[in-house]
Amino acid sequence: MLALNETWYLVLAAMIFTIGSVGLLTRKNPLVMFMCVELMLNAVNLTFVTFSKALDDIAGQAIVFFVMVVAAAEVVVGLGIIVAIMRRRQGANADDISLMRG
Amino acid sequence: MNLIWLIPCLPLFGFLVLLVAGRKLGDPGAGWWGTGVVAASFLVVVKVFFDLLALPEEERSLTQTLFTWIPSGSFKVSIGFLADPLSILMCLFITGIGALIHLYSIGYMKGDEKFSKFFLYLNLFLASMLLLVLGDNLLLTFLGWEGVGTCSYLLISFWHTDPANASAGKKAFVTNRIGDFGFMLGTFLVWITVGSINYADIGPAAPMIAGGTATAIALLFFLGAVGKSAQLPLSVWLPDAMAGPTPVSALIHAATMVTAGVYLITRLNPIMAQAGWANDVIAWTGAITALVAASIAIAQTDIKKVLAYSTVSQLGYMFLAVGTQTYVAGIFHMVTHAFFKALLFLGAGSVIMAMSHEQDMRKFGNLRKYLPVTFATFMIGWLAISGIPPLAGFWSKDEVLAGAFNAGPAGPVLWFIGLLVALMTAFYMTRVVIMTFFGSEKWRLTDDPHEAAESADLESEDVESSDLVTASVAAADHGDGHDDHHGLSPDHTPQEPHWTMTAPLVILAGLSIFAGAINLPFGSDFKRLEHWLEPTLAYEHELPPVPVLVLLACAAIAVASLGIFLAYLVYSKQKIAVEKIERPVLAHAWYIDETYAKVAGGPGEAGFQGLADFDGTVVDGAVNGVGAGVLGIGNKLRPIQSGLVRSYALGISIGGALLLAFIVTRMNL
Repeated sequence: MLALNETWYLVLAAMIFTIGSVGLLTRKNPLVMFMCVELMLNAVNLTFVTFSKALDDIAGQAIVFFVMVVAAAEVVVGLGIIVAIMRRRQGANADDISLMRG
Repeated sequence: MNLIWLIPCLPLFGFLVLLVAGRKLGDPGAGWWGTGVVAASFLVVVKVFFDLLALPEEERSLTQTLFTWIPSGSFKVSIGFLADPLSILMCLFITGIGALIHLYSIGYMKGDEKFSKFFLYLNLFLASMLLLVLGDNLLLTFLGWEGVGTCSYLLISFWHTDPANASAGKKAFVTNRIGDFGFMLGTFLVWITVGSINYADIGPAAPMIAGGTATAIALLFFLGAVGKSAQLPLSVWLPDAMAGPTPVSALIHAATMVTAGVYLITRLNPIMAQAGWANDVIAWTGAITALVAASIAIAQTDIKKVLAYSTVSQLGYMFLAVGTQTYVAGIFHMVTHAFFKALLFLGAGSVIMAMSHEQDMRKFGNLRKYLPVTFATFMIGWLAISGIPPLAGFWSKDEVLAGAFNAGPAGPVLWFIGLLVALMTAFYMTRVVIMTFFGSEKWRLTDDPHEAAESADLESEDVESSDLVTASVAAADHGDGHDDHHGLSPDHTPQEPHWTMTAPLVILAGLSIFAGAINLPFGSDFKRLEHWLEPTLAYEHELPPVPVLVLLACAAIAVASLGIFLAYLVYSKQKIAVEKIERPVLAHAWYIDETYAKVAGGPGEAGFQGLADFDGTVVDGAVNGVGAGVLGIGNKLRPIQSGLVRSYALGISIGGALLLAFIVTRMNL
């Protein structure tokens, strides 16, 4: 049986991160893009926790709390924006919202 | 209680009230208000003067700092006033003569449609002038310096509907700017050298300044003084400044503002003491200006032009005095000159007004019959400026000449030039007096048929107005500056002006007689002015010993009498042809103006155009080029900002990947 060492955790985190980033780049639905961002954040959280345990350093876990708080705040704001956009334009995708182009 | 701040603030308050309610106060209310605040300011000056007098001699310096104006690191400028013997002496005669001339203006400007505006400007002028002399640092003095320049400009072109007046104002302003440039550079140099621009710091630091630096500072400030005090080569604006109303000529362009240059040099005397040959430059500029201006005054026919060139010439005397480092003589002559020149200008104003604003002396004559008060006071002014003892002008001019005589090897030459100027002064002033007050009533002659016809046309109007003094004043005032020549008809009867105009004449005449008493050369007890100014002067050149002084005084009296006698021969007895004296080159002021016009309009213009082009292409080009470059690059970069969130995310991903690749490959993890 394979030992459940840190490498597995890191590989899992890298996979989740890749799924998240590819999803973010390929999907147009803002809500899905948003979920992809969450995936990426949590992948990073996983690496933090892994290293925290491996190096016996509590700082990594502390940073995870910060990331979670920031992610929560971001979700509130981001979902608010998405809901507002969806109310004005039914079925809008991320590429439709390009008013700020130079 | 310290009242120094009130001295400049009272006229400033008067200005503000006139600004808001000038029209409501009207004629003569605005005039009385303006006169009142200046008189109040004079009373405050007197109070401060006695406060100073009560202090021991070496402590006679009161400062009052109101607030910090510019706090900028080690560079700190305060709104602070310095009342020491020099500035209070200046304030005394500025506010004193100022109040008298305000009073005079009530009569002179009566009926002018811009009556209240005139007093508005006059009050602002006095506030600036008092700021100039009371400011305790160079920047504050510069503020006043610019303020008086602005007021001078506004008042010269007061009747600006005539293009000639407007351009005279412009000329004064532009010429003064050249001097201001020197003032500013001098201030910068003082700041770099001394590390402070407060007079209180400059005085003690001055002996440590290197000779070359002190000379440069002295010359830069002298450039400022040359502009403001109309010395060669920047003297051209003052004669043209006579386009303004006569009280303005008396107050600004004779008694106060033009002496600011002398004040500045005296104020900086600790630096001048280190400045070496810069002092010779000042003395020679003064002497040559005095000579040239006096020679021009001989051939002028406009009564105000004569007085204007006379002012330039007397200012030359003052610079001769400060250049030979006899500051007391310079200040003494400044004070007495302020009295008798203001008197002469106001007298001329009263003559001009009586003659329906005619200024050409060739049309005057025998006015002593019609204007007894003006005549009597003008006589006193004439004797004072000619240097006849015991009037004020004699004592001060004598001291200037004695100081020049004792000024090193070149001294006797300077003294001789000064003596020559004294001769010319007596001559041209006697000429004015004879042409104006004696002889036949020349305005009754109508030799020019064209003019005769024209005056016949105007006759009905003039008869009407001569019934009502005020109406004639109003009509004449209207004529001043618009229509110089045709207000005077052959049957005109000159009349003595209102008491508001004659009263200042009488007071100034009294001062012109007795002002010499402040500094008599009869021993130490009589030299009150010298003792008074002593604490403010770092170095004062010695006057020659008494026997020499007596000889010099005799020489001065002799040339003054000779000048008067010669003028009597030429203009009264007609023994010598007038044409021999009044050469065209003198009448044209040595063609200085024409030369400037030629140079500035010909080869100069190409040079100035070159400078303007340099400014337009290189200086502006650099500034505009930076702007245009940023704009261009921005336009090129615009498409990157596509507004597509996913393309941004792609950018971030690629960037992150590259960064990761860099860390992994290059940092040997």
